[in-house]
Parts: sequence; structure tokens; C-alpha cells
Amino acid sequence: MQLTLRDITKRFGSLVANDRISLTVEPGEIHCLLGENGAGKSTLMNVLYGLYQADEGEILLDGEPRKFSGPGDAIAAGIGMVHQHFMLVPVFTVAENVMLGNESTGLAGSLDLDAARRRVREISERFGFHVSPDAVVEDLPVGVQQRVEIIKALSRDAKVLVFDEPTAVLTPQETDELMQIMRQLRESGVAIVFITHKLREVREVADRITVIRLGKVVGEASPKASNAELASLMVGRPVELTVHKDPPRLGDDALVVEGLTVADETGLVHVNDLSFTVRGGEVLAVAGVQGNGQTELTEALLGLQQHVLGSIRLDGHELVGRGVRSILDAGVGFVPEDRQVDGLVGTFSIAENLMLDRSFGKPFVQLGAVDRGRLRAFAETKLKEYDIRAPGIGTKAGNLSGGNQQKVVVARELSKDLRLLVAAQPTRGVDVGSIEFIHQQIVAARDSGIPVVVVSTELDEVVALADRIMVLYRGQVVGIVPADTPRDVLGLMMTGERPTEVVA
Amino acid sequence: MSAAKVEATVPDKPVEDEPQVISVVSLKTPVLLTVVAVALLAAVLLGSQAGDTTFRLSTRSDFFELPEITVPAEGTALGAVVVMLLLAAESWRRYATRKRTPGWVAAVYAVVGLVGFLSWAAAGGTVPVVGLLAGALALAVPLVFGALGGVLGERAGIVNIAIDGQLLAGAFAAALVGSVAGSVWAGVLGAMVAGVVVALILGVFAISCYVDQVIVGVVLNVLVIGVTSFMFTQVLAPNTAELNTPPRFSAWAIPVLGDIPLVGPILFRQTPIVYLLYVAVAVVTYALYRTRWGLRVRAVGEHPKAADTVGINVNRTRYRTVLIAGAIAGTGGAFYTLVSVSQFNREMTGGAGYIALAAVIFGKWDPIRATLAALLFGFASNLQGVLSVLGSPVPAQFMLMLPYVVTVFAVAGLVGKSRAPAAVGLPYRKG
Repeated sequence: MQLTLRDITKRFGSLVANDRISLTVEPGEIHCLLGENGAGKSTLMNVLYGLYQADEGEILLDGEPRKFSGPGDAIAAGIGMVHQHFMLVPVFTVAENVMLGNESTGLAGSLDLDAARRRVREISERFGFHVSPDAVVEDLPVGVQQRVEIIKALSRDAKVLVFDEPTAVLTPQETDELMQIMRQLRESGVAIVFITHKLREVREVADRITVIRLGKVVGEASPKASNAELASLMVGRPVELTVHKDPPRLGDDALVVEGLTVADETGLVHVNDLSFTVRGGEVLAVAGVQGNGQTELTEALLGLQQHVLGSIRLDGHELVGRGVRSILDAGVGFVPEDRQVDGLVGTFSIAENLMLDRSFGKPFVQLGAVDRGRLRAFAETKLKEYDIRAPGIGTKAGNLSGGNQQKVVVARELSKDLRLLVAAQPTRGVDVGSIEFIHQQIVAARDSGIPVVVVSTELDEVVALADRIMVLYRGQVVGIVPADTPRDVLGLMMTGERPTEVVA
Repeated sequence: MSAAKVEATVPDKPVEDEPQVISVVSLKTPVLLTVVAVALLAAVLLGSQAGDTTFRLSTRSDFFELPEITVPAEGTALGAVVVMLLLAAESWRRYATRKRTPGWVAAVYAVVGLVGFLSWAAAGGTVPVVGLLAGALALAVPLVFGALGGVLGERAGIVNIAIDGQLLAGAFAAALVGSVAGSVWAGVLGAMVAGVVVALILGVFAISCYVDQVIVGVVLNVLVIGVTSFMFTQVLAPNTAELNTPPRFSAWAIPVLGDIPLVGPILFRQTPIVYLLYVAVAVVTYALYRTRWGLRVRAVGEHPKAADTVGINVNRTRYRTVLIAGAIAGTGGAFYTLVSVSQFNREMTGGAGYIALAAVIFGKWDPIRATLAALLFGFASNLQGVLSVLGSPVPAQFMLMLPYVVTVFAVAGLVGKSRAPAAVGLPYRKG
């Protein structure tokens, strides 16, 4: 089935998310939609899927104009979607998720689960997915959950399949497998729309590439184009793709973690007997697929976890068992992985957010009252220093773009007397320009001689920043390896395989 | 020109593929077990009770008569305290070695403690075990209906604080319609409609207007109290004979089943509304877990957006579920005026809806477990009633607290890890 989008325009208030976007996808073709976060790719696909209504323009399938008033219509017309945030009910089994909305029933309205199981097995075998219909979705690895999404779309006879940032949560190996699946689907005649901002993947599978910037189509590119060409087309200016950093000047052992185990209140272990050391002036990058204990590790470092065994020593002082404030006062800077939830108060101004961690006393609070003059001066300086693009320091943090929000967080955390910097996913959902800047700041912090722990699920970021790389799998250290370890070795380690002769 | 050469370090133990679990122990259980045992000990020592206690296991009309069991009151109570303290000690021992207290310890403890307490409190008298349990079931009826309504609503993502309002509206409508029509079944129907009306208001605000569901629920409860009290004083009270004298359900003994010793008189010599309850529990459980409707309800309560993306109309599903839940809770209200009291009084539910809500949580959002939880609360209420008749040494005011104390302990102390439907309380907006 051929899909054509013609002059699709979608506005949210004064913001034009999609500005007359046109696109054609042929059957048996992988069409890449390349663009930065916030360029309008997901909005476009939500229009196609009936979740949003376009203000102007039309959707044609095999030349026929179609109107979708909801996802049900889009599904019926043969459009399937693999969402960036999986649309799976975590507590349901695979079969239940696949049948949801499309259930066959037997006597007295009872669910025909057997039919759903057969359907899952049949599709799973056809593409070699190895998915068990009775597994509960939340127990499955992310890569397998994604296959459940694909099975869900295929079980509804999708002829056009949209993959929305599908590789964000995958290991390199899982990404390779997904590419293979996409090629297989292409051979079977499915029209595929592949939305991404990762250049390497685009060049690997795309038959055609359409680049979107700020809601507009800015051009088509050939899959043979170089990374630099694609990046500059995507960002609108030449981009520096590597981080410049000097060899580390290593200090003493600063952060010493021994036998760290973190469990949740049910006793499930998320961080399992972790031991590592970070020296002053060194970046230890923690790599691993999302959900392998990184969140719990960083939270334990900051005293945010309850059930912690083992020891975390910073410059010889024990941190385990101390409260968050005492740890902050010990000089720990923390860039949380979700700035919207843990990093900022969206309804507070930039200035107020900049003093959030120091609301107890000096320098910003005197005799219980906020010293507004001092805060203003401080905020003005940081606004300039960190190139935060905002009308002023009174702007609500929630109204800033992702990149500028993250700069506020980084500015706050780096503006105090630091003994340790912990940065979790420092550039997630941040535009390329801000990524460069934030990376420079992290490298500057390291060069000033403090130990830095960076957690990232983006291998590119890990490799760019790390002096050493620690790979986590199911809460355990698979290995701590040099920064120049080959990607495929890192990828294997992320699946739990010990590095052996490769690094020896 | 690499600087300090970095060495790879690899732990030498194998990588575990299976999720690891360590036990996270809490002080809650051992402390609770110790406190209750000591409290019982103190009661026995301070309020010395002489004589024997008789447990009667059958009623006069039983086909098979079970023998009565007579025990010395104080000795039994003290024996029970010893067993309870031993179990508490076991719980402490497990805490010290970082192990959880297993369920059987708590279960044995509860039974032993209850027997000990009863034999002490009813010293010199007879504990009618059948009456105690049958009465517990009767008192639990509105709670179970309310809890079923609560489970359904919450499974679809709507917090139903308005259970109490639905019960009260149901009780009012049952009395009014039953009196006017002169039929108990018309009264039940009226109660269902009243429950649906309250649910509809809840739905409009919670689903369509995105108002905070807890607030709407509380406001609805107050509203229903106000409206029914007003109608009671202005309309029902002056015309009691015509408008507030509903017919009553009488008990139907089910042949054969009703003759089983112990179980029969408790479960199968009840009013039709109790049999309706059995059916409701079975139907709700089946529908929720085995039908397309139930799958969609659960999907909408767990991950509404996922349901939306497969073409399920989230808000329509929620409306439908909340209205059905309202009808069920309303039916529970009919029990007050058609079975237990036979006329409407202002605020006659006495906050039972909140207890039903606690049963929903204690029952971990499962219809069967919520029913069992509601039965427990019903038992606590009836125990209070039976003991005050027997003339127990515990002050009546304390006994009146019993159902609520059990509720607080059950929800705060014993629930353990329970997981609410992920999207409960969150209105669904597109985009």
C-alpha cells in the first residue's frame, strides 16, 4: 500500500509543529524521517495514526484520501505503529496485549485466548521473534517488548508500519536485530516509515531519507550521504560530532564504592554487589541498556534509595546512611535522568530553580528570607555563562525547551563547591547544539580535578565522554574497560557477556 | 599518545541472568503481633473473668446437631496469650535473621487470638458461633456490594470515593420505591437506579471534566447525605406510612444446602439479596478476568493510551464501567432499608462506604479478595454487637471502635506490597 501525506499542517496554539509536510512511502520501501527531538516527527506520525487531527492537508492511501478520527480508523485502514513509548499494558500477557481491541470471543462473551496465542505463535515463527504468548510483558526485556508491538501491528494486517524512534531503548545487538526485522518486513511488501535522529541507523537501512527541521521538510538525502552531511542538514549548521578532551590528569581515588547492593521494598535487587573506584579528574561512564540498575545506582549515590547495603565513600567519608541534604552538602552534584520530574520545578522561575538545592541558608537565604538581589545577580550571570536561551531569569522553567531546561540543571549543579558530579542521561531529549555545550561542561568539571560519573544509554555519548567505561547488566558490573573498547565488545557486554580475550 | 594506560577490570564471578531477591524486612509485623498479645494479656490480668465459656456450633433447628464446646475462660485466654507470644517471638527471630514472617504465623495467630479473646470476653456465657458468623455475613452485605463497585471503578481507572453516597442513595431509593410500589424487587431496582445516578455525576465530573476524583467523590458523599436528610425530614417523615414503610425481604432457606451443619445456617438461610450478592461476586469476577469487556476495562485502568491506540474508546469504557459499578453499590444500599432496618433513616450507612473502599485496597483490587476483606470487616462489626449483648468487660465505646481499628490495621499494617491499577485517579485526555 502506498502512503502519501500531502501538505500536512498541525498547529498547537501559536506553535506550528508541522508546516505543510509532504511525504510518499512506497510498498517495500524503508523511508527514513530524520530530524532532531522536537522537529515535529512524532506529531506528524500521530496525525497519520489518528491521534491528532491535521489542521490542513490530507492523507492518501493508494491515492485515496482518507480521514482518521481515531487510531481505530487508522488501524482498520492498515496502518500500524510501533510507538517510542510502548503502547503495551505491562501487567497483561503478550497474547492479551496482542488481542486487545481486536478480541475474538466465544461462549458468554468469554475471551478466546487460544486464538490469540495461536496468532502470536504464527507471526512470531514467521519472523523468528521467539516470543512466548503467555509471558507477562513487564517481565520481558525491552527488545522483546518491541517485538510484541510489531506482532500487535502485524496481527491487524498492517500494510504501512511506522517505527517511532525504535532504537532509543535497544542495545546495539538488539538494534541490529531490529534492522534485520525491518528488512524482512520490507521484503514482504510492507511500507515502512522509520523515524529517528540517529545517523548511523539511517544510513544502514534507509531506501530514502526525508529530513525535517522545525516542523518543515528541509530536504531529501541519499542514504550514501556522510554523517556530517546528514547532521548539518538536520541541525541547520555544521556540527561538531566529537568531544574534544585532553588526556585525564588523574588524582587520588575519590569515590570508592564497595559491595553496593540496592533493593526495592519488595526485596528485588536492582544493584547487585557493585564495586568500583573513580579517581579525581576522571570520567567513569556507566553504560548499559535502560533499566539495568543505573537509576538505582545514581539515586543510591545521592541517598535517595532506602534499602542500601555496602559502602559508598567520597574522599574517605561514608555516604551510605546519610540523608540527601548531608550528601549534597558534602559536595555531590546530581543531574537527574528525568529533569522534568526530578531536576526542575516547572512552575518555578529559572532563578528559583537555580537555588533549589541551596534553599537552607547561605548564600541565597539570610535569616530565613531569600536574598533576592543576590539571587538575581547570580541567575543573570548563569544565564549568560550557560547560554540559557530565555526571555529572562523570571521565565518559568517549564516553558523552556529541553536543552535549555537541562542547561539550568547543569548550571545549578556545577555552581557549587563540587567534590563529585553524577550526571544521569545528561543529554536525553536535548538538541544537538546544547549537547555539545553540556558535554563541554562535563569535561571542564573533570579537568578541574573532580571525579565524574556519567550514566548514559547512548553508546555514542558514553564513548565520547568516558575515560573508563563500566557496563551494567541486571544490576551487576559486567566489566570496567578502557574508553577505546570497540563498540561491538561494549554491545556484547551490555547483554551480560564478560569481555574476555578482546581486552586482555 | 595515551596517558595513564587504563586496565580493564572484570569481576571473576559469573553474571546472574535471573532477577535476584534479598529480603527486605520490616518491624511492622513483629511489633504488631507483640502489642496485640500483650494487650490481651493485660486485659485478662486486669479484668479477671471467672467461669467457663461455651461455644455453640449449631442452631436449634439444625438437622445435624454439633456438640457444644465448653472451656475454662481464663485458662484458655492465658493459653492463647502464651501461643501468641511464642508466635510473636518467632516473628522477631525471623526479623533478626532478615526473614519475613510467613503467612501461616499470622493466620494461626489470628485464630488463636480470637478464640482466646472470645473465651475471656464471654466468660460465664455462651458464644453463638453460627449466629456470630451468619450475622457477620449479613453486616458485610452492603460492604461487599460497595467493594465490588469500588473494584470495578478503580480497575477502569476511576477512584470511587462516592461508594458511601451510592449506598446511602440506594438505601433511600429502596425505601421510597419499595414503599410506593409495595414490592421489594421494585425497591432493589430503585436502589440500582439511585446508585447509577450518583455514578453518573461522578463520571461527568471525573471523566469528562477532569476534576480530581477524590474531591468529586467526597463532595458527592456530602451531597447525598444532604439531599437524603432533607428529603427524609421534609417528605418521608411526615408520610411514614405511605413513603417510608417498605416491605422486607424474608430469609429463604435453600433446601439441602441449608441443612449442612455450620455452613448451611451461615451461608444458605439468608435473604434473597444475599444470594444476589453471591451471583454478583461470581459474575463480576468472571466478567473482569474472562471477557472482552473485562480485558478492556483493565486495559483502560492500567494504560489508557495503549487502549486508545488500539481503537478502544477510553472514556466510553470508563463511563460504562462506573455506571455498572454504581448499580452494584446501589444494590448494597437496598440491604439497609429492605433487610436490616425496614425504614430509611438519615445517614444510616454510618460511613460503610469508606470501609468498603478500605476493603478494595485490602483486597488488592481483586473482587474475591475484596469480598473476603469486606467479610472480615463485617465480622468485626458483628463481634462488637454480639459481645455487647453477652456483656463483655470491654467498655462498649471500645467495642464500637473495633471495625474501624481492624480497618486501619488491615490497610496500614497487613496489606504489604499491593499495586493499584496504574492509571487509577488519572483522567484521560487525548494528545
